[in-house]
Amino acid sequence: MKSKHLLEFDNVTMAFGGNRRNPEGVVALEDLNLVIRDDEPRIIAIAGESGSGKTTLARLGLGMIKPTGGQVIYKGQDLWEMSTQERRDYRREVQAIFQDPFAVYNPFYTIDRLLLTPIRTFKLAKKKAEARELIEDALTKVGLRADEVLGRYPHQLSGGQRQRIVVARSLLLQPKIIVADEPVSMIDASLRANILTKLKELRDEFGISLLYITHDLATAHQISDVIFVLYRGRVVEMGDASTVIRHPQHPYTQLLVSSIPRPDPENTWEGRVEIPLEELTPGGDRQGCLFRHRCPHAMAECETTPGQYVGSYGQSVACYLYSENGKVAEAH
Amino acid sequence: MSQDIALQVNNLRVSYKTGDQDVKAVDDVSFKLYAGERLGIVGESGSGKTTLALALMRLHKPPAYIMGGEAILDGSDILALEREEIRQTRWSKLSLIPQGSMNSLNPVIKIKYQMADAIEAHERGWSRSESMKHIAHLLGRVGLPESVAEMYPHELSGGMKQRVCIALAIILEPSVIIADEPTSALDVVVQRVVMQTLNDVQAQLNAAMIIIGHDMGLMAQSADRLAVMYAGKMVEVSPISSFFKDPQHPYSKLLISSLPSPEEKRELAGIPGSQPSLLDLPSGCAFHPRCPVAVDHCKQVIPELRDISGDRRAACHLVEEQAS
Repeated sequence: MKSKHLLEFDNVTMAFGGNRRNPEGVVALEDLNLVIRDDEPRIIAIAGESGSGKTTLARLGLGMIKPTGGQVIYKGQDLWEMSTQERRDYRREVQAIFQDPFAVYNPFYTIDRLLLTPIRTFKLAKKKAEARELIEDALTKVGLRADEVLGRYPHQLSGGQRQRIVVARSLLLQPKIIVADEPVSMIDASLRANILTKLKELRDEFGISLLYITHDLATAHQISDVIFVLYRGRVVEMGDASTVIRHPQHPYTQLLVSSIPRPDPENTWEGRVEIPLEELTPGGDRQGCLFRHRCPHAMAECETTPGQYVGSYGQSVACYLYSENGKVAEAH
Repeated sequence: MSQDIALQVNNLRVSYKTGDQDVKAVDDVSFKLYAGERLGIVGESGSGKTTLALALMRLHKPPAYIMGGEAILDGSDILALEREEIRQTRWSKLSLIPQGSMNSLNPVIKIKYQMADAIEAHERGWSRSESMKHIAHLLGRVGLPESVAEMYPHELSGGMKQRVCIALAIILEPSVIIADEPTSALDVVVQRVVMQTLNDVQAQLNAAMIIIGHDMGLMAQSADRLAVMYAGKMVEVSPISSFFKDPQHPYSKLLISSLPSPEEKRELAGIPGSQPSLLDLPSGCAFHPRCPVAVDHCKQVIPELRDISGDRRAACHLVEEQAS
């Protein structure tokens, strides 16, 4: 069983800080379980607002921070107990795409250097011509022409081109997983569709799984297979992406979905939303359902933390409204 | 919506001086803003939206300069006002919620003093206690508790800071509010709350509002009319419902079809190519290299923004005039 798991989050908790007065620190992510299998490439969306822990999840998956509880496991091996060789493979097979295509480039170097560095580091090519071929090939895959971008400096390229170059660079390494943290949020709407289509092709053509971290449920719906909705560090709803977005069950997911500004003037926001002030500071009390102060259905039970129940459409929901459907079985 | 005109912009042209050639960031833009109306302006980054907003406030900085045109507000041309006159006009008649304004609050000054600053710059006669009373009232208007006045910016969340900025913009009850990307970098729920606040405030003051952004969904939710900018020009101006039902300009059509929808899963259609550099605009219609229906004529002649029916305007050779 274990060998089928490519990347696995096993009860991962991440807390920052912590001192004598507040030994727990600020919990950014709590008891997260997530599995990416190696036999079926999937796009897994991690959705939530700022402060929900979605970027923390990305950084944990990339081995940038060490979890304070649980394990992040790649190919059966804890990320933080890897041998040099294992770590090297992991570094190559798990790639990242970040939010800001303007900040990842060093403005003093041409694009060539950005693309050549991974080739050198991982000794992918023996000769210059070979390297050039690899680069051209990767650029073609993301819909760029080599003569369009090579030899240029970052400022000469548009945001969409830069983001595609980052994708091309990850492709050079033939990764198994790409962690994409808000890859399109800083890109104009007209180009967004192109980049998203490219990301989807990575799954379909190269068998690459994607952790798609986003706050935008509409794009998550377009490209992902599975969605995890996070609220203040906890998974509140998880399941098939279309099902969750079309039939949200958790009151928080319902609020999120209804707040998407729909491009339809006939279908405007109904009712008003208020955010209670105590919800605005992270940390604090982590007893009970964290959404209960804002929840229209809050009940007495919500004072204790809910488990994962089966929602009306088969997803798993951390809400007592669905407790009569029974708990979700532990298997993934 | 009344038909009184709050702001009329005629042939506004703003350029940036660069080395040998001037870049026309806003090129011959004309529009009317009616009292009490919410006009959305959308466009890709670099299409001139923010330059337009800054020029209307006369807050543009060199190398940007206004090449021509006029903007009539309350009977006088903002672009021709003397320094002191424009200072008086800003904030009292015309106010701006700049892009990323929530990050422009001074981190070491309490909210109330930052707000009092704006009041005292204009209403010299007010006493401190009068200003403070007004500030409490304004915070209430944007849905914030009075206690926020005593706080520093870092104690507030993004949405709350943005609401403070809205409160700042309406201190002197302007007749025109320009909001430049008022909700960028905010989460969907917070975005909804901020837009709700902005719309409430605008309705209470019966001010006219220009909302600048690139999120078509947000525009559909809150604007009455929508103007689309492309490479420094306005290419379509339409009432919001007819815009989404039946976009006229090919660019508008593509913009709408590239929108992901939470209801249905479909292939996303992007817009081929990318926005041209303003330094090297294509001849004729600037959109022709990306336009799926362009004909030869489009490569030669720049289309004018013209009336196509009673309340709609488009700048495209191929859009037929409609009987209204």
